[in-house]
Amino acid sequence: MPPVLSFLVQPTSTVDGPEAPPAPDSRTFGRAVGDVRDAWRHRELWGHLGWQDIKQRYRRSVIGPLWITISMGTTALALGLLYSQLFNQEIATFLPYVTAGFVIWNFILGCITEGTDVFIANEGLIKHLPAPLTVHVLRLVWRQVLFFAHNLVVYLIVLAIFFPSLTEPYQMAGENVVQPGVNWMILLAIPAFALVAFNAVWVALLFGIISSRFRDIPPVIHSFINLIFFMTPIVWHVGVLNSVSGGSGGWRSYIAEFNPLFHFLEIVRAPLLGHQQQWHHWVVVAGFTVVGWTLALVVLRNYRARISYWV
Amino acid sequence: MVSIDVWNASVDFPIFDAKSRSLKKLALGKVGGKIGSEGRVPIIEALHDINISLKEGDRVGLVGHNGAGKSTLLRLLAGIYEPTRGSQRIQGKVAPVFDLGVGMDPEISGYENIMIRGLFLGMTRKQMEKRVDDIAEFTELGDYLSMPLRTYSTGMRVRLALGVVTSIDPEILLLDEGIGAVDAAFMAKARDRLKDLVRRSGLLVFANHSDETLIEFCDSAIWMDEGHVKQQGPLREVLSAYKGHDPFEYLSPETRQRLGLDNEPILSANGGE
Repeated sequence: MPPVLSFLVQPTSTVDGPEAPPAPDSRTFGRAVGDVRDAWRHRELWGHLGWQDIKQRYRRSVIGPLWITISMGTTALALGLLYSQLFNQEIATFLPYVTAGFVIWNFILGCITEGTDVFIANEGLIKHLPAPLTVHVLRLVWRQVLFFAHNLVVYLIVLAIFFPSLTEPYQMAGENVVQPGVNWMILLAIPAFALVAFNAVWVALLFGIISSRFRDIPPVIHSFINLIFFMTPIVWHVGVLNSVSGGSGGWRSYIAEFNPLFHFLEIVRAPLLGHQQQWHHWVVVAGFTVVGWTLALVVLRNYRARISYWV
Repeated sequence: MVSIDVWNASVDFPIFDAKSRSLKKLALGKVGGKIGSEGRVPIIEALHDINISLKEGDRVGLVGHNGAGKSTLLRLLAGIYEPTRGSQRIQGKVAPVFDLGVGMDPEISGYENIMIRGLFLGMTRKQMEKRVDDIAEFTELGDYLSMPLRTYSTGMRVRLALGVVTSIDPEILLLDEGIGAVDAAFMAKARDRLKDLVRRSGLLVFANHSDETLIEFCDSAIWMDEGHVKQQGPLREVLSAYKGHDPFEYLSPETRQRLGLDNEPILSANGGE
């Protein structure tokens, strides 16, 4: 039935109303970019919510968010000790290696797994508040950054313990490269981490949108992410790939090189450990940043307006 | 300038059952031919052919039976749902109050909830800090405000929520029904604040079933029926057509006096033709 264009209509509501209706702009890049930009302006909101998430998780516990640090500490210590023996590595260099890797991995893991749920979990808010969608993503990434900061304490403790031996040039077993040791280059970890966090935003956006339409994606990601953990050089070092083949590593080095997460990990980890920076990691990450953001913006452009219908 | 314009807008909800939401069906559908494409997803047409133009100063009541599309229309006006067909333009900051409890966290204290709810409604942290005392006084919750929200009774929660909601400065205020579920003594107090809030807001759309409330807050109305606008115009005309009688007729003398309607003539029972 068509709308009743009532003669009762009063000037206060409609008569002088719409000129020519503008073309719908739901599916424009302008709106997609606008969503991200507006979300950035809402920093107060997601900043507060991100803090609240952490505070709330440990609200009634005695030592609070310190639990994040403690659980990371014990895991890194146990894995570091175990794998240094399995791979016949020096504890003084391998324990920091595992710790740093694990701390960064935890950030990446959090952003990917929670990223798939980001819109589904915020269904209530999405249906009640006209906030930019990216707000939920930024809240998630910010929360993970805060977790990362807590976990980083563990690395700093490990660094303090092994400081003398880490500042000297050293070699990881199975590798011919002499690592220069921790020096001022450690500062490079800051822009590197910022770049990883920047990538985390598109990952959560993209996976979040796809997952809210196809509910099979979260379980798929959740089950494969553990596999990827073992495939990525975190508790093992790429040098192992060389030593098992007794030399150059050959095709085995591709196991690491073809894993995008390895590059993301390495740009942050290498400066933290005083390893020699391999610049091709930066190139790969930069490439992923461009491609990923482009993809995320295209998907955001096409499906941004559909999210509230899908969740 | 605050305004909302909606042109020929429709809102269609795709209803994904478990199967069509999965990749499996989409993949298999490709192989088999037609099954599983987006077009095969059943659709609920919640709203169709909506044309609305609201501007600063409008006080619009939204009436209609359950399921007529009032809440969906409010979400369309808030920009939460963008129309699947047609277009919409919203100018101004929208403060939607659809559910008093949304964004409230039972584990954190009343004070913290005030802050979070305020931020959600588009306020800044500074603005909310200024209003906390005012809200505390209005809610009469006293020391309870530093207790976690889960220790509150339902009534206390509503007080807190109402306190926050009525403290904001909205450009576009969208109120869904259900905002009136407080005890009578408190409601008298809340009513004043609600009035104040409406006065501060640039544009109001209020879904409500109570004639009294609508007459008090609104001057025009939209009657929703089965997903389209059945009638739109001055409040009294629309309410008369919707209810089948002049709403002013049934108001108690006290209410009439309170609303300052004593001089309004009562029209015939057949409504405001």
